[in-house]
Amino acid sequence: MDIRLDGIGHSYDEFEVMRDITLDIPSGRIVCIVGPSGCGKSTLLRFIGGLEKPKSGRVLQLGDPPKGCLNPLTYIFQDFALLPWRSVSGNISLVLEDHGINGAAAKIIIDDVLARTKLTDFAKALPKQLSGGMKQRVAIARALAVNPAVMLMDEPLSALDSQTRELLMDDLVELWTRQPFTAVYVTHNLAEAVRLGHKVVVLSRRPGKIREIVDIEKPLAKREFGDADLDRAQKHLWQLMRDEARAADAELLHG
Amino acid sequence: MDNTGKSVAFRGGGFAPQSRRWVGVLVFVALILFVEWGTRAGWISALSLPRPTDVLDTFRQLYDSGLLFKHLLPSLSRLFVGALFGASIGIAVGIMIGLFSYVRSGLVPLVAAIFPIPKIALLPLFVIWFGIGEGSKYALIAFGTFTPTVVATYGAVDNVDRTLIRMGQSFGLSWWSIVRKIVLPGAMPGILSGLRISLAIAIILLVAAEMLGAEYGIGAYILEAGSLYDLERLFAGVVILSLLGVLISALIGMLERRLLGWRT
Repeated sequence: MDIRLDGIGHSYDEFEVMRDITLDIPSGRIVCIVGPSGCGKSTLLRFIGGLEKPKSGRVLQLGDPPKGCLNPLTYIFQDFALLPWRSVSGNISLVLEDHGINGAAAKIIIDDVLARTKLTDFAKALPKQLSGGMKQRVAIARALAVNPAVMLMDEPLSALDSQTRELLMDDLVELWTRQPFTAVYVTHNLAEAVRLGHKVVVLSRRPGKIREIVDIEKPLAKREFGDADLDRAQKHLWQLMRDEARAADAELLHG
Repeated sequence: MDNTGKSVAFRGGGFAPQSRRWVGVLVFVALILFVEWGTRAGWISALSLPRPTDVLDTFRQLYDSGLLFKHLLPSLSRLFVGALFGASIGIAVGIMIGLFSYVRSGLVPLVAAIFPIPKIALLPLFVIWFGIGEGSKYALIAFGTFTPTVVATYGAVDNVDRTLIRMGQSFGLSWWSIVRKIVLPGAMPGILSGLRISLAIAIILLVAAEMLGAEYGIGAYILEAGSLYDLERLFAGVVILSLLGVLISALIGMLERRLLGWRT
């Protein structure tokens, strides 16, 4: 299942935040969206998953979601959004219960996703007992449990320290390599974008428009920390964004 | 390297009160001993404060004559029925206010209008509506617990983390599932701390409810002792109410530990 954004534009009152964004998200690829703060990248992600409505343009699903897919468009949030009163496995069963999956059937799915995210030993732990990185892995496991067609990741690593971030990027690459998934990955961190993105979409500052789309050909599994090709791509992205970021920063200062 | 440097003075710490077991009990014991000493030595006259041992004696007589339970049981049942109605309707209305715009706009001003009314003033009205029997007593206690419960509950619902609700929606959870599995448990800390206040108010209103047409009941017992200026019996009754308050507070504490163990 592909996603197509068709001329998305948005404004709050008279304030235009996004203009004419047209973009294809092909199945099996990770599309990263980067841009200066306030360019509306998180808002764009909420449009894609139907949590907010754009003023103009449409978000289209091309083709049907694969069989066995419980929730085609599934988010992973920056602040994890785990229910603190449910254990790790309880948080995953939460999203299965409404589909009538309980008991043994749920247990099979939960065990599988916990194994894939290396959380098997923590099934009974409460979120307060887990580190930030572990919490985000629980959120990833929960997303995998509903077998999504497209994962919508909103700065998933931004609340984590840089070491945990590296580890989780490795985990994500491993997950994708084992079973390629489609994802839209919003971040302000260019290192994450060049590491995980097959395609990096650079948005301009307000009103957000597509500035450039950079394709990164190197296979995900071959990308490494401190890779020279990636550094080049990252430098290129930074050059695109630098003036925008500075202008966006000054804009915030002047209200 | 020489050691002539001055060690940096510690200036952190404090501002983090912790609960010290037994200190609370100690304060009670010290206060009672102080009054006992004062009344025995004579510089507290028997007219201004009863002697604690006399109060204890009265209490023992009350127990021995079997009157204690004759007074306590009707009071407890009034408290239970009244508070149960008041708190459960209050929680239900509070959740509705927290969830629906029209209910909120319609009921918040109404709740604000009835909150400051001293419910005791309405006792004659309740007697007319519900009769002089148990009905008016239940109604008074229920009405008194209702308003603080509503206010605490909708405040608690407002404070439920919106990102958790977005998460529920993004996974396609039904409206009812979101309310039951996200809103309600998320609001539980606020609801329980509101319950602490409303149940204390219920005990206060118990005495008021037994002002009219009650032969037995802790409130009736206290009021009777009060009108006779029988300080020993008055204090024995007051001590029962205090103990009741401590008991209810402990029960809610237990409930909190059971239901809210997930809090950090």
